[in-house]
Amino acid sequence: MSVSDIFRETFSAVTVNKARSGLTILGIVIGIGSVIAMVSIGQGAQSSIEESIQSIGSNLIMVMPGFQRGVGVQVSSGRGSAQTLTQADADAIQQEITLAKATAPEISRRYQVTAKGKNTNTSVLGTVAAYTEVRNVQIGAGVFISDQNIRSLSKVAVLGPTTRDDLFGEGVDPIGQTIRINKVDFKVIGVAESKGGTGFSNQDDVIFIPLSTAQRFLAGDNYVTTISVAAANANEMATVQQQITDLLLLRHNIANPQLADFQVLNQQDIVQTASSVTDTMTILLASIAGISLIVGGIGIMNMMLTTVTERTREIGLRKAIGAKKRDISAQFLAEAVMLTFLGGFAGIVLGALAAFLVSRFAGVATKVSLLSIVLAFGVSAAIGIIFGFYPARRAAGLNPIEALRYE
Amino acid sequence: MAIECKNITKVYKTGAGETVALKGASFNIGDGEFVAIMGPSGSGKSTLMHILGALDTPSRGTYFLDGQDISKLSDDELADIRKNKIGFVFQSYNLLPRATALRNAALPLMYAGMAREKREKKAEEALLAAGLSEDRWGHLSNQLSGGQMQRVAIARALVNNPSIILADEPTGNLDTKTGEIVLDTFQQLNSKHGRMIILITHERYVAEHAQRIIHIRDGEIIDDEKNIKRRVVNNHQL
Repeated sequence: MSVSDIFRETFSAVTVNKARSGLTILGIVIGIGSVIAMVSIGQGAQSSIEESIQSIGSNLIMVMPGFQRGVGVQVSSGRGSAQTLTQADADAIQQEITLAKATAPEISRRYQVTAKGKNTNTSVLGTVAAYTEVRNVQIGAGVFISDQNIRSLSKVAVLGPTTRDDLFGEGVDPIGQTIRINKVDFKVIGVAESKGGTGFSNQDDVIFIPLSTAQRFLAGDNYVTTISVAAANANEMATVQQQITDLLLLRHNIANPQLADFQVLNQQDIVQTASSVTDTMTILLASIAGISLIVGGIGIMNMMLTTVTERTREIGLRKAIGAKKRDISAQFLAEAVMLTFLGGFAGIVLGALAAFLVSRFAGVATKVSLLSIVLAFGVSAAIGIIFGFYPARRAAGLNPIEALRYE
Repeated sequence: MAIECKNITKVYKTGAGETVALKGASFNIGDGEFVAIMGPSGSGKSTLMHILGALDTPSRGTYFLDGQDISKLSDDELADIRKNKIGFVFQSYNLLPRATALRNAALPLMYAGMAREKREKKAEEALLAAGLSEDRWGHLSNQLSGGQMQRVAIARALVNNPSIILADEPTGNLDTKTGEIVLDTFQQLNSKHGRMIILITHERYVAEHAQRIIHIRDGEIIDDEKNIKRRVVNNHQL
């Protein structure tokens, strides 16, 4: 019996009762479809999170203040409020670490900001000219803070697009206007382009002012809240991270790295943490969907057992005219695999369609990967073999004499 | 001799004990013979047919088919014997539903591993020999009449060029007239093509179409005679 013969026999058997075959594979269709849709939603979420982390800057290392852990005493103060990093630390990193391409210290705090009677509560970020390079900020109109502004303690501000919308209205050119932050007037000199920030950390709702101005007129001290460092290239990230740690430990006179009063975060670490969260979510969603695949497989087995009973006489006849056990079992196994394969194909189409509709109407990014399609086909074939095996063996084991007599 | 049976005994183990279906049947059948095996129901003729058709093996005794002892073969070896040497015609036709007459007739050759064009050509020859008119070849088996279905079944039995054609009550589901046409087909196959035909029946009238009648009762051969008043359908020359 050649492969094409098996295929023809199987095809005619499956198409004889189209409604029943269709209903039987429905379980597989739904199972595969939901696995495809769930995995694509999970992977879409993962890549959009990764993209948004990447948009913060490339090859970015962030140094943040941390609390000093005293031996035996657990004093926990919120990160960011601890004041351990200074302008001088940033300058030292800039000068001594050659692999760092650019360094941008920043001081950030939320203030009530008013302009022409409108007001908003937003994050005011004092920083330096290098910030645009380190954090991928693009200027849409006007200019960003210059070194000259830093030196002369200029009261100038660059608005994020969301803040501009809140204070002046959408699309209005605010350059040359005055805004008031904490009773100090600032002149708007530029507007940043949107970074498409999402969710809780909107990178567009921000006001940039010169670091020196922020320290002198708003904060009143020399501390900084974050130092962002761009490494020269991606391969040197770990080295740069280590060098910064060593340098700051030395500057802060801390011998034991465990007791460091600062944290050095690599962008890659943040991406990995976020990825592991979405990975877990994807696995969870896919395994829930996978349960319906097993249910579908049981449906296939049920239908195959019915078919074997129904076609007992046919099996007897086939055996009487010379079919061997393996011919019969190959035929019924092929039938089960063909059913699950058709189900798998329909499921992939359905799942891709569901993913498309979700991204279209729910605004959630989705991504149907080739791997999940290959996997879906593999899984549906495997289900066909696993759940078709027992009915096929039963068919092959029938005694031809009894099978021919079967009523 | 094509068929040599010596002391064929078949014992079935049932819950109550043992049932002896055949008690030492011995006979020979030569090439080109048309033999009827006749007996009432429960006589053991079906058991004998299963053994002759290599569907089953005897408990004791030997069965030589074309010089080969096939009384102790495994299931798959028996399947090979059936594939190459035996053609079955059943009372209830046993055609594949929703398959054309041609595909039904060609089915045994699929298991013999023959290419499709070649086996369809052979099936056409067999359908011609079985007397099914050409305009019915493309019909699905469930669109055919009983007589036509039995002709397709005969074609299927012929297609692998077997040593024996075993017909188990082939006229049982047919009216007298259609039955006679089928019996005539067997007679033609026997006389013109020299086929060995073994007809299993409980009706004397049907058995009388054969050249020789083996009577079986309670698992024993009680009579094995040449049929002197042979019936010939429509006065065909045999």
